[in-house]
Amino acid sequence: MSLSVSTQNDPAPRRPENGSVTIRDMLYAWVVQWGAAVVNGVATVGDIALFAWQMLVWIFTRLPQRGTLLVNFYQIGVLSLPVVALTGTFIGMVLAVQSYYQFHAIGLESHLGVVINTSLVRELGPVLAATMLAGRVGSAMAAVLGTMRVTEQIDALTTMGADPIHYLVVPRFLACIFLIPALTIMADFMGIVGGYFYSVMVLDIDHAAYLTHSRDGVVGFDLFSGIFKSVFFGGMIAVISCYQGFHCKPGAEGVGKAATQAFVYSFVMILAIDLFLNIILDKIYFAMYPAGANIL
Amino acid sequence: MSDSAAEHLIDVQHLHVDFHGQKILKDISVSIEAGETVAVIGESGCGKTVFMKTIVGLIPPTRGTLRFDGQDLSALSPPALSDVRRRFGFVFQNAALFDSMTIFDNVAFPMRQSTTADDDEIHERVLKHLQEVGLPPTVISKRPSELSGGMRKRVGIARAIILQPELVVYDEPTTGLDPIMSDVINELMLDVRRRYPVTSVIVTHDMRTAQKVSDRVLMFYPRARLAKDEPQVLYDGPPAGLDQCEDDRVRQFVRGEAGQRLMEITG
Repeated sequence: MSLSVSTQNDPAPRRPENGSVTIRDMLYAWVVQWGAAVVNGVATVGDIALFAWQMLVWIFTRLPQRGTLLVNFYQIGVLSLPVVALTGTFIGMVLAVQSYYQFHAIGLESHLGVVINTSLVRELGPVLAATMLAGRVGSAMAAVLGTMRVTEQIDALTTMGADPIHYLVVPRFLACIFLIPALTIMADFMGIVGGYFYSVMVLDIDHAAYLTHSRDGVVGFDLFSGIFKSVFFGGMIAVISCYQGFHCKPGAEGVGKAATQAFVYSFVMILAIDLFLNIILDKIYFAMYPAGANIL
Repeated sequence: MSDSAAEHLIDVQHLHVDFHGQKILKDISVSIEAGETVAVIGESGCGKTVFMKTIVGLIPPTRGTLRFDGQDLSALSPPALSDVRRRFGFVFQNAALFDSMTIFDNVAFPMRQSTTADDDEIHERVLKHLQEVGLPPTVISKRPSELSGGMRKRVGIARAIILQPELVVYDEPTTGLDPIMSDVINELMLDVRRRYPVTSVIVTHDMRTAQKVSDRVLMFYPRARLAKDEPQVLYDGPPAGLDQCEDDRVRQFVRGEAGQRLMEITG
């Protein structure tokens, strides 16, 4: 069997005299490649955990100055509100469009608000706000901190007696965890308004029936679970993005890669944490309200 | 603490530094006395910047001891190291000014970080130090991106000396500047030394800077090209002695001659 295989970063497969690469060599190269990837992955997770631990130690030791906190709260929270509101509105309207024909077919279109509002408050609002935060703020944080790393500004902070994690990471983390609930509420609210507007004004569903059924659909625990999850999303975005910035490779390519990886890893972790927290929150909900399990 | 260590502001013994998987510094032993101005020269990649970052605690040594004023820096906790660093001033190669801040906030940063001085006192000190490096008060509201390379370097010097440190470290202070601005920076380094009782370490490959500003020159050589058991510091002495050094590699560097290196690089 004669194959032409090119492997990067691997020891060259041992070639028999005829120059061919055997299946055994390919398997060897494959194991080496995946083994290295697993080791690197575990090392990176450990490194991120240490980075987060140092940040938590600073939070409980000494908070940053008020001016530093306010700047970050404004840039991360206030400036994200318009884009979260806009995307929330569209998601509410899209849900109305997608659900209408199924509900109309069985004559339940006046119940459209239940599915729109429940989907938004429990799932789409927090995930959408977190995704927008990761895209708008997470990648910007990685790019800013990465540029500071490359231009030695982070070293300059250290030489002037300021700890870079305390000065740069703690305010960003606090801004993310304290303001993502507000962004989530904004996404929920604008989605509900968007869904209502499209259902009543465009799809011509009765206004009073839509509102009545909407009110019945969402319970307080739904709102709580959405906001509770968002805090974890915000914290994860801040830690991953700041870590990427701090470990940025030199050059324009390094900064670009840090910004991209900050968004990609944050987004993957948002969905992973979402799954994990949904399982836990469902267990808590059914423990608190056993009747809910019977309904489902 | 030994007697010899007590006499020196910086005492480095058998220092080895591996950085990003590469062995950069090998068995460096150097002492710098208070008030001295030492130029560290050598070709690119010889480890002079790593040496400089190690003595201010930015890169941890792999082996060996590093004492500042008798204190072993590698044995200090992060808060204690932070306190010691307040006795250092550091001028970065590209100034490393915070581009999100104005020039005023950049120069005021060390005071705000490390002192309880009020706004009036900070304002007065910032203007005084900007004036010392030849910058007018009108620059304080500008951003670093609005200044030329030479002006940014001067702001970097003002920021480094605002806390009147005992040790000022300059990383390639004249690199990328025109000859006149390079001489202005050389004069400013001499002026800092005249005004304040500082010890200076200047990492440079500009021989004019080394000869004009320093009392003593250390020449490093890339570790990969050293013979076995050969010391990495090829020259340690006054700048006037560089030309008469017996080692060809030192004279070749001082005169800026490619010599055998051209053959080694181009094959």
